[in-house]
Amino acid sequence: MGKSTGVVLFLRTMYARAYPRVLGMNREPSWVFFEVVVPLINTSAFVFLYKALNAPPAFVGFVVLGGAMAAYWLNVLWMMATQLYWDKQEGNLELYVLSPTSLMAILLGMAVGGLYATTLRAATIAIVGTLIFGVTFNGSQWGFALLVFLVTMVALYGLGMILSSLFLMWGREGWQIALSLTEPVQFLSGMNFPLSGLFNSIPGVLTIFSAVIPVSFGLDALRQLLFPGQIIGVLPPGVELAILGGMGAVFLVAAYVMLRHMERLAKVEARLSLRWQ
Amino acid sequence: MPHTTDALMHGSDQAEQQPAFVSGVQATQTPDARPLAIKTENVSRAYKLRRQKDSRGEKQKTLVALSGVNLEVYQGELFGLLGPNGAGKTTLIKILTTLLAPSGGTCYVDGLDVVRQAQEVRRRISMVSGGESSGYGILTVRENLWMFSQFYGVSWKDANERIAQMLKVVELESHTNARISGLSTGQRQRMNFCRGFITDPRVVFLDEPTLGLDINAARIVRHFTREWMQQNPGRTVLLTTHYMAEADELCDRIAIIDHGTVLACDTPANLKHLLQKQPVFEVNASGITERSIEALGHAPGVVRVIGEPEEGGSAYKLKFILEAEAAIGSVVNALTEQHGNIISLQKNEPTLEDVFVALVGRSLTAEDQDEG
Repeated sequence: MGKSTGVVLFLRTMYARAYPRVLGMNREPSWVFFEVVVPLINTSAFVFLYKALNAPPAFVGFVVLGGAMAAYWLNVLWMMATQLYWDKQEGNLELYVLSPTSLMAILLGMAVGGLYATTLRAATIAIVGTLIFGVTFNGSQWGFALLVFLVTMVALYGLGMILSSLFLMWGREGWQIALSLTEPVQFLSGMNFPLSGLFNSIPGVLTIFSAVIPVSFGLDALRQLLFPGQIIGVLPPGVELAILGGMGAVFLVAAYVMLRHMERLAKVEARLSLRWQ
Repeated sequence: MPHTTDALMHGSDQAEQQPAFVSGVQATQTPDARPLAIKTENVSRAYKLRRQKDSRGEKQKTLVALSGVNLEVYQGELFGLLGPNGAGKTTLIKILTTLLAPSGGTCYVDGLDVVRQAQEVRRRISMVSGGESSGYGILTVRENLWMFSQFYGVSWKDANERIAQMLKVVELESHTNARISGLSTGQRQRMNFCRGFITDPRVVFLDEPTLGLDINAARIVRHFTREWMQQNPGRTVLLTTHYMAEADELCDRIAIIDHGTVLACDTPANLKHLLQKQPVFEVNASGITERSIEALGHAPGVVRVIGEPEEGGSAYKLKFILEAEAAIGSVVNALTEQHGNIISLQKNEPTLEDVFVALVGRSLTAEDQDEG
């Protein structure tokens, strides 16, 4: 029986690992309620709050866009970062490690599958939110916006891969950390309000935390591009794109190095196969 | 310099590496010219324990799971690893499958160092564990098997053909398109079994593969293993099992392991033959206690005695391994002294279970009951 190696094996692995996530969209229609309706209720709360405060109309658009991007962050946190931990509990991690493929290919497959599935969710949130609240986007720079979005995703999923390696070692503690990261990251990345307002009102050290979350600059740049003239950005979109590109490269390399290191460490400390630790 | 398969050809010092058997009888092994599929040299593994204390209340820092394990498994062999819970069987398998680093010693699989050439080893092996819940419930049986085959680079055409063949063999054909979340334990284990063989491995590690399976499912798994070995003479299986009959039926050779050390290694027939000089008697007796059984162990000529209470009664089923047949007289006397009433007494042909008892000092059945 012929078996492929190298790049072909890497690509086969990515495709195969992405498959369950892509397929899940068709086989579990309950996601429409839990992952579109529930986030929309959360988004609606902010929309009504801004309307009650007589905030500029663009804020409604900011919130809808933030709601869509929040879907990606939650996907990274719960379906990427903690996934290797769950795979360990189920016994899948052992099988990944003892196969000749690269764990990086497994993680990238997870990321691509997650990205595809989340894009459907995020698009649904954005479209439904836009229709309900009458948001108007300016599409004159859609190409640039698309580029910013894609680079943001690379950086975001790169961060997810780093977290995944860490959670592989932390186990149950990792799950608690993921839980405790959910809300602070939503706040620090300005998902529901302009980032510049946040940067002007929080201590400097927190702005550093905010800046390393790819969604922060990604969302800030997207808002500047899709609502031109209605928002003061932290930095010009081009600069934010460059920073995101740098983050993406650093995160991917760091994820690779960390994954190798964690795998070695996990083998020495018997954490790859022993469950509930 | 990495070892090659040729470099691991079995040498004449094999017999010297085997540990002494009960009463100083040496386990024998015929020198074999076949190349080795697995070789371990002085392998040890210790686990760091966190926040655990020993019986004296002192903090334990490490647990030795394996100590100086030397094993040689030939290509084409179905090799069994028998031992009670915590003996080190699974630890050894984890090391051989590159999931765990040994604390000391070296291991080779198909001539490759499992630490330094882990990636190459992984191309040649697969593992199936009992009670495994791997896979994704949202996928069908076929999709799950296909997904795992892709991690080995198997082409879609080959994978689909193999999946169809294997599912037929393990009588799971009708569930090909069923989601695995709806499978029974036995069906899921049969699917896992297929996963282990679909990638055409050279060495397969089966860790308690029939654990929790019903009789029919276990029969299918055993039948498949035997057939696969016959059809692929150069392939090797390392099997750990709790079931003595399974080991006896399937394995070409067996190593008995306890407390991280290999106590004996030979063919089932040779292991049993070693007990020919040490007759085995089974006695059903009433009126005795756990303490009496301990006392019976000190009777003249008794090598080992184990006792299990009979189900639903006050009698005990006692198994005696004696130095010689004549020692049965002293057993009867000792039983009388302990106020025991003999209900039945018979001499048995030694089984693998008896060999295990003779070496380890307790039966696997008793172990299971303790666990339960």
